[in-house]
Amino acid sequence: MSDNLVFRFDVQGNDFTSAGQASVQVKKNLRQLGLDADTIRRVSIAMYEGEINMVIHAGGGVAEVIVSEDYIEIILEDRGPGIKDIDQAMQAGYSTATETIRSLGFGAGMGLPNMKKNTDSMEITSTIDVGTRIVMRVML
Amino acid sequence: MKISKMQELLDADVLCCEENLGKHVYSAFGCDLMSDVLAYVTDQAVLLTGLVNPQVIRTALMMDMTCIIFVRTKKPNDEMIQLAKEHGIVMMSTAMTLYTACGTLYSNGLIGTKEVGK
Repeated sequence: MSDNLVFRFDVQGNDFTSAGQASVQVKKNLRQLGLDADTIRRVSIAMYEGEINMVIHAGGGVAEVIVSEDYIEIILEDRGPGIKDIDQAMQAGYSTATETIRSLGFGAGMGLPNMKKNTDSMEITSTIDVGTRIVMRVML
Repeated sequence: MKISKMQELLDADVLCCEENLGKHVYSAFGCDLMSDVLAYVTDQAVLLTGLVNPQVIRTALMMDMTCIIFVRTKKPNDEMIQLAKEHGIVMMSTAMTLYTACGTLYSNGLIGTKEVGK
């Protein structure tokens, strides 16, 4: 376990323009580690969707990516409003995003299902008015 | 299809990374919804869009796309051009609408990303 690589990012919540910077950096780091393109893509998509969610719904948060021998783990933690009904949020097309977010190209209700699709496991824990924590793993 | 061929067919202005005009794309996706790009695109595709913000470039980056074509003469700002340059993504701008630009590339042999829901 001591050999695990950990990348940690503070995701700013007030700036849509810079949203996704952490994901771009993670992709760069994973490329430098020489991982295969498909794995990098799956991790990148899952993380980027999650990062965008943190910015548009939760006012930012903390993203951590752990690279171990067997898997890559993405942990996204925010102190946002929480998700009322996780099953409903997981349904493709369900979204609480504003018109402004939609006009920017997001908020189609595809983020969470797409994160699940691109990872081997995904766990969401969320408490209203406390925040949300998502842990995703892509096996190597 | 070579990126330079797309530039010629769409009479597009190249905005950055001219050195990569010799690269090939193997399919295309046209839309303004980045959520759909993230859900459906397969790699080495070109993105045609009328949406202009930095997330367009980051989305393309996540999907390993090598070229972005802005339609209706839309142009990205300097910050966006800088971001694309850092990652070697060719950006172009055409006066055509999204429909016409996609149709032009399709009728010249560039297929779309595989169909959804079949």
